[in-house]
Amino acid sequence: MSTAPAPGRRTGLLAYVVAGVLFGLVLTKAELISWFRIQEMFRFQGFHMFGVFLLAMPTAILTVQALKRAQARSVEGEPIALAPKTMGPRYVLGGAIFGVGWALAGACPGPLFALLGAGAGGGTIAVVIAAALIGTWTYGWLRPRLPH
Amino acid sequence: MPDFLRQPWPWWVAGPLVGLVPAALLLLGNRLFGMSSNLRHACAALVPGRVEFFRYDWRREGGWNLAFALGTLLGGALGGVLLASPEPVAIAARTRADLEALGVRAFDGLVPGDVFAWSALGTLRGFVCLVVGGLLVGFGTAWAGGCTSGHGLTGVGDLQPASFLALAAFFAGGIAATWLLLPLVFGS
Repeated sequence: MSTAPAPGRRTGLLAYVVAGVLFGLVLTKAELISWFRIQEMFRFQGFHMFGVFLLAMPTAILTVQALKRAQARSVEGEPIALAPKTMGPRYVLGGAIFGVGWALAGACPGPLFALLGAGAGGGTIAVVIAAALIGTWTYGWLRPRLPH
Repeated sequence: MPDFLRQPWPWWVAGPLVGLVPAALLLLGNRLFGMSSNLRHACAALVPGRVEFFRYDWRREGGWNLAFALGTLLGGALGGVLLASPEPVAIAARTRADLEALGVRAFDGLVPGDVFAWSALGTLRGFVCLVVGGLLVGFGTAWAGGCTSGHGLTGVGDLQPASFLALAAFFAGGIAATWLLLPLVFGS
């Protein structure tokens, strides 16, 4: 027995797997992982994706702000804390590069995992994920020379 | 199987549910929701090399997130195989016409089967969409420090100006690529 302040119960990895299953299920069933839906969005020809963003963003704002205002603690007993981000060119430069990739591959990182699970494109999503890993590795290597 | 589970779910069901994820992960363990971090954790686990960006305790920092990504993959299998919708994705007629004009023919799956095919990897459009697209997703999200989830949901939920800026940049890049780059790559 330790004399440290009583910590809450540690959240096991299984809880995160379950949360991920629900997230992946919603992404897939609402077709948010579809290359076609992403094209429809970037062409401003359909409301579906915009409807998702228009409800998801206020939901995230209301719930995260409520946790902060209430100075809530996680179930592990830790105070919930989000570090502020420092403004810099990385958000515009990296963000625009990601945006180009988003339109070409038709998926952002979350949907890539769901697409792999869905067996989309005869398993070729594995190629996209492998390329994304190489892209992230290349960034890590060039990082000291890039503006942030 | 209830019919509503097989049918595609509408935007007004999906929007609030994905919007709840940042708060849910904060409550579960003070975790910051962001899927692109998993690309970094995977690099750190597989090939850290001498790159400082990948030299950290990935199990401790990212174990929960890799578990979440595994769940996302399983959720994709659940939704895309077991509960797969019998209909093709019901995109707008104009989008379908635009894509047909670019030479896309396979509209049955979640992704165009004639672009996302092993046999198409050697074509310009297959290579650019899968390989170049993947590279830019990995490079860009790492540089921007987040993707649609980390900035678009968690950062926006926390009202971080940098995340709103990143989200605007995501859309600027995506719109430019769709209107300027795709016609060149797909030919006509």
